[in-house]
Amino acid sequence: MERSFEQYFRQNRLPHLWCPGCGNGIATKAIVQAIEKKGLDRDKTIIVSGIGCSSRASGYMDFDTLHTAHGRAIPFATGIKLANPELNVVVITGDGDCTAIGGNHFIHGCRRNVDLTVVLFNNNIYGMTGGQASPMTPTGKKATTAPYGAVDPTFDACKLAEAAGATYVARSTAYHVQHLTDMIANGFDNKGFSFIEAMVQCPTAYGRKNKMSDPVELMKWMRDNAVMKAAWDKLPEDKKVGDKFPIGLLYQDTEVDYATAYEHVIEVAGGAGK
Amino acid sequence: MSKARLMQGNEACAEGALAAGVRFFGGYPITPSTEIAEGMAKMLPKVGGKFVQMEDEIASMGVVLGASLTGKKALTASSGPGISLKQELIGYAAAAEIPVVIVNVQRVGPSTGQPTAPSQGDVMQARWGTHGDHPMIALSPWSVREAFDTAVMAVNYSERFRTPVILLMDEIVGHLREKVELPEASELEIYPRRQPDKTRADGYQPYAPAEDLVPNVADFGNGYHIHVTGLIHDETGFPVGSPKVTREAIDRLHKKIAIAQDEITHVEEYCMEDAEYAVVAFGGTARTAYEAVLEARKKGIKVGMVRLITIWPFADKAIKALAAKVKGILVTELNYGQIVNEVERAAAGQCPVELCAKYDMTIFEPEEILESIENLAGGNK
Repeated sequence: MERSFEQYFRQNRLPHLWCPGCGNGIATKAIVQAIEKKGLDRDKTIIVSGIGCSSRASGYMDFDTLHTAHGRAIPFATGIKLANPELNVVVITGDGDCTAIGGNHFIHGCRRNVDLTVVLFNNNIYGMTGGQASPMTPTGKKATTAPYGAVDPTFDACKLAEAAGATYVARSTAYHVQHLTDMIANGFDNKGFSFIEAMVQCPTAYGRKNKMSDPVELMKWMRDNAVMKAAWDKLPEDKKVGDKFPIGLLYQDTEVDYATAYEHVIEVAGGAGK
Repeated sequence: MSKARLMQGNEACAEGALAAGVRFFGGYPITPSTEIAEGMAKMLPKVGGKFVQMEDEIASMGVVLGASLTGKKALTASSGPGISLKQELIGYAAAAEIPVVIVNVQRVGPSTGQPTAPSQGDVMQARWGTHGDHPMIALSPWSVREAFDTAVMAVNYSERFRTPVILLMDEIVGHLREKVELPEASELEIYPRRQPDKTRADGYQPYAPAEDLVPNVADFGNGYHIHVTGLIHDETGFPVGSPKVTREAIDRLHKKIAIAQDEITHVEEYCMEDAEYAVVAFGGTARTAYEAVLEARKKGIKVGMVRLITIWPFADKAIKALAAKVKGILVTELNYGQIVNEVERAAAGQCPVELCAKYDMTIFEPEEILESIENLAGGNK
């Protein structure tokens, strides 16, 4: 069982194209280990991704996989889930893919509470295009399109998901591997829109521009700044400063999911059983 | 009991799609196409199907492609600016070979243009709206009944060729109300979703073309573990960065339609037996053109009409043969002049090709087209 996760990968598509030290592999492995943990039927589990470094993950995973257009993974995934609710639908997206070009789809996916599990690989940068600032590049940090430091304030994707109607919101990091796996696995249990932000290190495009090109240093930063939700809630406000951020289950609700709600529509319209 | 119903073109389009097996609709409200979404919202749950109103036109396109990948026949409908927004994922559907039908109830553009006013200004957009090279199928009905029929054809072609098909309606037909009798389900030929012809163990490749050059891509959830991408891919479905694979992939997309063009490209002829001149028209405009042709006949001008039901792939053969037969062709269209260039190209100088264009929110009056016919015929009547 030690390397049982390997069966979930298309061995003939490996090695992957991610840079040495990248955190995407850790997050991808966490997804398949969560799938294994929950015993999801591989033939009934669909992996949908957008465009960018994160979204290349789908091609390596041995399921029905869909590599969509930039920002559009959630609409495609919504179509798959509504058309065939028996399928488990997992979305892999990135910070640019999900919160910039796909931002509208993200908030409406949350609002509809479609039963999807969306894992956002947050590397704080557009990596595939060589390191441009994303809506999740911390203000002041450098990127090729922010040579003097990013001017824009950032999105907190977890707060956004909660406010928009997601019914399961969690965050973890590539450093906290087992915790990340658990956060994703618990997301599978939620029948509704589950959002997990997986913070991943990008030494090549983000780190290099910000004097953190050593992946170990980036992971130590995650270790030193991530605070478990329970501890975070007890922190006085004046301690929630600097780079500190909460990880863990951040929000959960029990609203009915879209496909279940639509079953009622079918019943009212007289189409049940057709 | 008569089966006759008073019905609008948009409603007939929705009924046709449903009859062809569409069970999923994703859309966004936009005039003059909204009645299609409204019709689907009402009818789909009655047959166990699903309707979802999305946050924008791009999402509407994405959601129907996702649904189609699970094996459900899927439809979206829009107009003008909405169709412009959908182009990104229309290209995706062409590249990833996902069956889908996009209804475009054309209105005056560019941009927000003249909402609800009729136009046929999206003819070239239907063909060339996305980036990159791929063929397109576009059909254009001229009546409420034909809105039903072409909706069925569009769904069938999308499934048969695994390609996006544009149902290029116009506001004239979309909002026109006519008495129609719709066919029984048993009278319709419905093309089912193509199925894999091999098992995974037998070396199934999702994008390996069948004899007709169309791949039998497995629906999601059936254990085939396929990969679908908008990147150029080989038979396995996985991206390959090679010039040879790129050339072959783009060649096959074109050839699968080209070898079936005679099956797809429909034209209808009216009063052409002894015609010395011909009007070429399509969609709602063809109704006015037909009236003008009848009036011209009363005046002794031997003129007929060729109506394009299939806009793309263009009716090269029919127009080439027409140009060899007549002394002149008049193209009537509600735009600044689009399909006229295709007619000229296909006519290849065999006869003069004149344009009768209109782009001022109003539809043609028969007199306007009649005058153009008289000018074309000149002293030759």
